[in-house]
Amino acid sequence: MSFMKKPTVRHPGLPRNDLGLTVRDYEGGMSTLCAGCGHDAITGAIVQAAHELSIPPHGFAKLSGIGCSSKTPAYFLGASHGFNSCHGRMPSVATGANAANRDLHYIGVSGDGDSLSIGFGQFAHAMRRNVNMLYLVENNGVYGLTKGQFSASADIGSTAKKGEENLQPPIDPCQAALTLGASFVARSFSGDKEQLVPLLKAGLQHRGFGMIDIISPCVTFNDHEGSTKSYSYSRQHFHKAISADFVPPSETIKAQYSEGASMPIELHDGSKIILRKVDGAYDPTDKAAAAIYLRERQSAGEITTGLLYINEAQQEMHDLAGSSDTPMNQIPYERLNPGSDMLKKIQSRMR
Amino acid sequence: MRPTDTSDPQYYHKVVDCQWGCPAHTDVPGYIRLIAQAKFTDAYMLNRQSNVFPGILGRVCDRPCEPACRRGRLEADGEEEPVAICRLKRVAADNRDEVRHLLKQPDKSGPGRGKKIACVGAGPASLTVANDLLPLGYDITIFEALNVGGGLMRSNIPSFRLPVEVINDEIGMIVERGVTLKCNHPINSMKSLLEDEGFDAVFVGTGAPKGKNLSIPGREEARANIHIGIEWLESVAFDHIEKIGKNVLIIGVGNTAMDCCRTSLRLGADNVKVMARKPRAFFKASAWELDDAEEENVEIIINRSPKAFVLEDGKLVGMTFEEMEYDVDAEGNITDTRVAGDVTYPCDDVILAIGQDNAFPWIERDLGIEFDKWEVPVVDKVSYESTRPGLFFGGDAAFGPLNIIWAVEHGHQAGISIHKYCQGESVSERMPKGMTLESAKMGIHEWSYSNDYDDADRLLVPHVGLKDRFKKLNIEVELGFTAEQAAEEVERCLNCDIQTVFTEKLCIECDACIDVCPVDCLTITTNGDEADLRGRLSAPAINPEEDLLVSDSLPQTGRVMVKDEDLCVHCGLCAERCPTAAWDMQKFTLEKPHAVNEAGAPFQKQEVA
Repeated sequence: MSFMKKPTVRHPGLPRNDLGLTVRDYEGGMSTLCAGCGHDAITGAIVQAAHELSIPPHGFAKLSGIGCSSKTPAYFLGASHGFNSCHGRMPSVATGANAANRDLHYIGVSGDGDSLSIGFGQFAHAMRRNVNMLYLVENNGVYGLTKGQFSASADIGSTAKKGEENLQPPIDPCQAALTLGASFVARSFSGDKEQLVPLLKAGLQHRGFGMIDIISPCVTFNDHEGSTKSYSYSRQHFHKAISADFVPPSETIKAQYSEGASMPIELHDGSKIILRKVDGAYDPTDKAAAAIYLRERQSAGEITTGLLYINEAQQEMHDLAGSSDTPMNQIPYERLNPGSDMLKKIQSRMR
Repeated sequence: MRPTDTSDPQYYHKVVDCQWGCPAHTDVPGYIRLIAQAKFTDAYMLNRQSNVFPGILGRVCDRPCEPACRRGRLEADGEEEPVAICRLKRVAADNRDEVRHLLKQPDKSGPGRGKKIACVGAGPASLTVANDLLPLGYDITIFEALNVGGGLMRSNIPSFRLPVEVINDEIGMIVERGVTLKCNHPINSMKSLLEDEGFDAVFVGTGAPKGKNLSIPGREEARANIHIGIEWLESVAFDHIEKIGKNVLIIGVGNTAMDCCRTSLRLGADNVKVMARKPRAFFKASAWELDDAEEENVEIIINRSPKAFVLEDGKLVGMTFEEMEYDVDAEGNITDTRVAGDVTYPCDDVILAIGQDNAFPWIERDLGIEFDKWEVPVVDKVSYESTRPGLFFGGDAAFGPLNIIWAVEHGHQAGISIHKYCQGESVSERMPKGMTLESAKMGIHEWSYSNDYDDADRLLVPHVGLKDRFKKLNIEVELGFTAEQAAEEVERCLNCDIQTVFTEKLCIECDACIDVCPVDCLTITTNGDEADLRGRLSAPAINPEEDLLVSDSLPQTGRVMVKDEDLCVHCGLCAERCPTAAWDMQKFTLEKPHAVNEAGAPFQKQEVA
């Protein structure tokens, strides 16, 4: 952490996006996390992705629960909407907010404790409803705020800082998300912005629940030898199943892709993700195959990364609920609140 | 790219833009930090090591450090301006205590004992030679044609910019330590100086004393009212001239022209025009000297090329100019020139300030001293030795008109050469520059310097009001910063000498430094050649003059850390955010040899704080 604020001085040649803003306009407050925390790199990636998408900062709502990861919304998009909820309860707040205003881009930031332990039920039901949001699990395998106990994502055999071994099986957020109905499932690593930023952009433009499990090393409690979520271990066991390039709607595809090895997927706003297959047979639109593949690679000790599953056609919460296209804050008060006479009528119908 | 060789002192030296830009390599951030601590005497002495005349240069230096200042390349609310380095130098001089007891006294048993050195001309170059050689025990005689020392500092710079007391004080610090200063003693024959007087080495620092003339119709007839700029300024300085006509035209738009126009206003002129041949972008005068002249309502007229002096009844009444028109291309070069017509301006006096030349009528041409086709002696650019061994040149006498700080640096280098020559050593084999690096870390997030970026604007130095300043010729216009104003201005310095030092084997590539850098100067990427790397940085590389710091391969991925030195504000956030201390902030001190160091004296250690 730092005691001084990041100075406002900036590079005079910083690129400006379609709104005339620089990447500095998407930053938030100064991080108070440990120096070198993976979460800070994810924060940096969110800032970069939001800038590159040319979405105004106030077009976002950022939500979180409790934990190191849940502190991070304070550090990006200082000019956006936000809500810091109780531990593990961010998905219900996000669901409610999204129900009320579907026009914002929702970024939920959670961690392995917040999502896979105390908030697992909420996490599951937000996916089941396919709430239109980007949900990030900043996954470091430990409870950093309480001095480094194993979390539910710690691998069997992974050791804590003082040497004790984890014996319980881990919950894999990606496998869970595939089972529970998320329409966009990806995994990445805080130390690889080249992979992470396009995934964040695709996830933000995807309509439905986009879950990205991001391995985010805890420098203080889980970056030692014996850890399976350290910078060094993650880099050694990192396996890109598929690479994703994000192409915004206004741009044409410039890169050359060889036939058969690439798969363009158009998102609802006209932007595209070009998936480049690293493993020849991998098809991220086949949910059953993706689930089998993930289990296989997990047994082989690999951290499978990339856009693992996507279904652009799957209906999201508003489709399923048939709710209004108009955000509630734009519906006249008389329509939102028809008055006590109307309430009496409705109640009498139910008697 | 190959990993940057940071063991070469030149690498980190170049990062300190002001120090790199200063011909004498004055430790600017070092003395600014001392001013910040109100250690004015220490700041003055640190200055004096390099530039010898902090009080004089704090007023009239050409200050190449300021255009070089990194702060001027940044952007905050708007474009940033450089730190007021020169004005801060004056603060150290104005507020210091007595320093004479701190100066190195002559060592009568030093290596220079029994060796006699002659310096011709008592300007800044000769005085620096004397300053550097005195402590080593050399016997130094300075010959000066005028009745007082100082050279152009005294004769050409008006007293409303540089008070006589300041000159006397700083020259005194040198001369009082045992220099024989022979005033009213022009040297008329180099031959007799070299052959009859028994000097072991001779240094020529006679400046470029000949002002250029303008040979156009009417020049001879009107000579009573046409003055050569530097000669006229000298006459004013020595009270030989005390007034000038009401309407004055100054020809030329360099710094001498600015001194001439402002001096004219103080001698009775009320309508002074500076006539420039070319548009403003081509002016030779420093921007601040132009500002100061225009503040005094001097009119600067562009695109006027002198054609003829106009006389009536044998007296100058005006001057005719050709009206010039220029075509300028996108790079600012003149591509075509046309004369649109003639225009005449009435005037009582004209001052010519169109440049100056060297003049060596007193050097015989049969002494083994080679002259080039412009009748200027051939001088070695490193040793300042002429083609005659033991005869050295410096200041404007060496390579034509430059400025005081260059003359000082020439004096330092000639001092080294004279010492080596007198000791029978080769003047071309010189001690290389060295450096020290010392961590500025005091604790967690605690540095030995003020690392936060202060976004204050550059302070303007207060001036005497326009009414009062003309009452007398020697009223100094600039009042200088008060200690309180200086305390604000020092905080604008970025401390570029506190270097970002990278140790690749410690890096875990967590990206923390890259994310936190306020000016996006860091990148971790795969290696490539320089042009390729410059195209792939976090923020565009906009200044090819500034180096890239490239690491060796990083342990985890084999990529490299690249830092574009151009805009780093030395805030230390990269080092604060680094979990493994792969980045550290380290105070760089340049060890630039002077004559005493060549003779074995250790370099003075600078405090980190």
